[in-house]
Amino acid sequence: MNRRDFLARSGGLVVSLASAEALAPFGKPQEFSGRARAGDPDASRVDTWIGIAADGRVTARTGKCELGQGIFTAQLQLIAEELAVPIDRITLVQCDTALTPDQGTTSGSQSSPTNFNDRNLALACATARGALVRLAAERMGVPAERLTAAEGAVQESGAGGKRFTYGELLRGQRFELALDPAAKRQPPATWKVLGSSVPRADLPALVTGTLEFVHNVHVDGMVHGRVVRPPSMGATLERVDEGSVSSMPGFVAVVRKANFLGVVCEKPWQAVQAARALKATWKAGPELPAQDGFYEFMRRQPARDTRVVDSGDVDAALAKAARVIRATYLHPYQAHGSMGASCAVADVRGSRATIWSATQSAYPTRDTAAMILGVKPDDVHVIFTRGPGCYGLNGADTVSYDAAVMSQAVRRPVKVQLSREDELGWENFGYAYVIDLAAGLDAAGTITAWNCESWNTVRGGRPGYQTPGNVITGSLLGFEAAPFTPRAQAPAPASFNNGSNAVPSYMRGAIGGTNRGTGIVASERVLTHAIASPFFTGPLRSPSRLQNTFAHESFVDELAAAAGEDPVQFRLRHLADRRLIDVIAAAAKAGQWETRPSPKRGQAQGVQTGRGMAAVLYEGDNGYCALVAEVSVDPRDGSIRVTRLVGAQDCGAISSPDGMRNQIEGGALQGLSRALGEAVTWDGAKVTSVDWRTYHSLSMGAEMPVVESVLINRPDREAMGAGETTITLTAAAVANAVFDATGARLREVPFTPERVLAALARRSPPPSRP
Amino acid sequence: MDQVRLTVNGRDYTVDVDPATPLLYVLGEELQLRGPKFGCGLGQCGACTVIARGAAIRSCVTPVSAVEGAEIVTLEGLGTPDKPHPIQQAFIDEQAAQCGFCLSGVILSAKALLDRQPNATDTELRQALGGVLCRCFTHARMFRAIRRYQQGLKA
Repeated sequence: MNRRDFLARSGGLVVSLASAEALAPFGKPQEFSGRARAGDPDASRVDTWIGIAADGRVTARTGKCELGQGIFTAQLQLIAEELAVPIDRITLVQCDTALTPDQGTTSGSQSSPTNFNDRNLALACATARGALVRLAAERMGVPAERLTAAEGAVQESGAGGKRFTYGELLRGQRFELALDPAAKRQPPATWKVLGSSVPRADLPALVTGTLEFVHNVHVDGMVHGRVVRPPSMGATLERVDEGSVSSMPGFVAVVRKANFLGVVCEKPWQAVQAARALKATWKAGPELPAQDGFYEFMRRQPARDTRVVDSGDVDAALAKAARVIRATYLHPYQAHGSMGASCAVADVRGSRATIWSATQSAYPTRDTAAMILGVKPDDVHVIFTRGPGCYGLNGADTVSYDAAVMSQAVRRPVKVQLSREDELGWENFGYAYVIDLAAGLDAAGTITAWNCESWNTVRGGRPGYQTPGNVITGSLLGFEAAPFTPRAQAPAPASFNNGSNAVPSYMRGAIGGTNRGTGIVASERVLTHAIASPFFTGPLRSPSRLQNTFAHESFVDELAAAAGEDPVQFRLRHLADRRLIDVIAAAAKAGQWETRPSPKRGQAQGVQTGRGMAAVLYEGDNGYCALVAEVSVDPRDGSIRVTRLVGAQDCGAISSPDGMRNQIEGGALQGLSRALGEAVTWDGAKVTSVDWRTYHSLSMGAEMPVVESVLINRPDREAMGAGETTITLTAAAVANAVFDATGARLREVPFTPERVLAALARRSPPPSRP
Repeated sequence: MDQVRLTVNGRDYTVDVDPATPLLYVLGEELQLRGPKFGCGLGQCGACTVIARGAAIRSCVTPVSAVEGAEIVTLEGLGTPDKPHPIQQAFIDEQAAQCGFCLSGVILSAKALLDRQPNATDTELRQALGGVLCRCFTHARMFRAIRRYQQGLKA
């Protein structure tokens, strides 16, 4: 399911207007602890989102969960502001299928746009506050205009004005209201809590090791499961010798179902040993395509073609251009590589199941787990429990299925902890990409045409509400992944969708006569070829957006160099979007950008320094960002040292400046790790990058650059996502800085010393050095 | 199964367990502590770090029998949410976390070094944290927090 589909399911639909409804009667007193409700919580009703007890305590419920990005605290700020209650009076429940509205998946930098603009959680709070003011007006017999909501109470203006707390007004009853699209949000100019850097509510528990992660869940009678994944991709299970482990200490059961295999023991260490000892015979799967030459292999595969934009005149415009520049960019499969290998706990009793899961998708996981268990979704209860940062579809969904299957088999609660190899070897990896770019320049060095043709690898993905086969466990259990259907003839694009940043910023994005892109280039074509991947793939922080932007933002730098022009100035004169122009200018200013063409001339022998820029409007509509990188390159060993990163970001109205900085910093540095070292590797049978020795993440011991951030706050604009912006830019900004330093162009991620040395060797013509 | 005696966060425990069991499973499942976490099970990431006999060790690859009788301190043994240890307070002050799964590795590795060497240099700190990962890459804030704590030690 893509993000636009889940937006449609995210509780944005409003079925009736509150203003027409009477405020009384309020119905039965509210029970916050009860979980027995018929049907799912109704996202169109205020009571689903907000409850106020007689003592004034607020219980709020959201379908967007904390993954480490700070959204839990930001949502507390939103509720405090819109409902006008002290933040410490709020209990926030996140992603529990018995309690919270179904907001699909917490992903795609969509939590801010979804819950912080004029719908969903923000609108529920605004509706509730309006209702409380009207209720107070009735109770006091004064016009609502004379009343103000603040600090959990409604106050009449003037000396001696009357005051009722929310608790006194509601007396523990429900609102019985629909979300009111006309409810007035608090004007940003008056914000006190939202928009300020409120410390993260979860940090005291996190730093003292007392916060409950899913790895810490304990259920009475719980036993421990480990999975036994196949020895090769696509292998099928022929025979299992249960006797090889049945006499081991603590043995409970071998669980086999189709190609799924696992072991359950009383204690986790027993399960680890039994999983290692279990003898099973597998029929090997088909041989994997060789990693060496894989990018060329991708070009030869049957593909599903999509034309994202096509002005129809690109070939003619390229033929007429004064100069045509061409380049190919390569991006490997990369792993989410969460800090913790994934874990889940399931308690399946008869036809009912409870699953404690770190999934980003509580409701979809409920529905797909029900398919796996053969029970009704209504009888499955998924409780989101914190996990390690996932950065997209890590093993949280698949391990939830593992735990469910094993619990159903042994009729006891089961905790499943994946091993590091289970996690890194069988993830839904971030897509490998080949991107061919060509552009025409006129005699003045202006881009006249831009052609983009890319190949990317797809298999499975998020399970959504009905495709458990999109991840390894569902697949082993016999569920199909979403079908891959080649399509050689891509239809003409009907509408502009730059959700994957397939369209470079410098194109017009003209479809149906309207420019929806951010640039000025009129001759434009973007053709994508999706091919069937040998490995599962899925969204990894900035899915496709990062790969596409690495190519586009490196290539525009190549064009600027070909035109002999400063890379920032060159970008600016090919852009039409004011806010994108502004972030580029802001990053350049903060980074003390030296205006001149790249590469830098006249550097002495030895270590060379340079600066590079990259910019993007994330997903075409979800966060403006520009990043400046400063690097030094040692041409003797090919090492890159990134010494400084400066990010400028405009995500509309900022909810938490410090939270946004934390995302800018973490994104930039995670992007650096991915740019410098991370790549999935494999042999003929299976993935070989299965631990932290073979999958190369920068450690806490690495010398990291300073990350400076410039926040451009636009309080009157819609809130956009802020979590995937800088990571989209780091690889291109660093590659451009390396080019500035050395004249060597890096077109393949990761930028290993070997690749840097090779790029240095192929510089042509070699720049003059003193 | 054997009876193994452990001292964790100042309390004595006797657990009935295979002495080869990695300490992490004993802490997490038998004692139900939440600080040390399963990251890799290979001693490569630091998420399971505890301090034993004054050194930061990887509890996922340390047999419980190897630390019998040793004073073991986990992340929750330093301070509480209401009364955090100064190094924990420094992490709160700097808002130095994202998902927080790595914090045992980061905080306890830094603390073990600074307990021995309060004047440790940046290079020595980075060396001590060389086997620790933070996949959210909260590096800059974490080092700021560690330095803030270090300044407090000198004051």
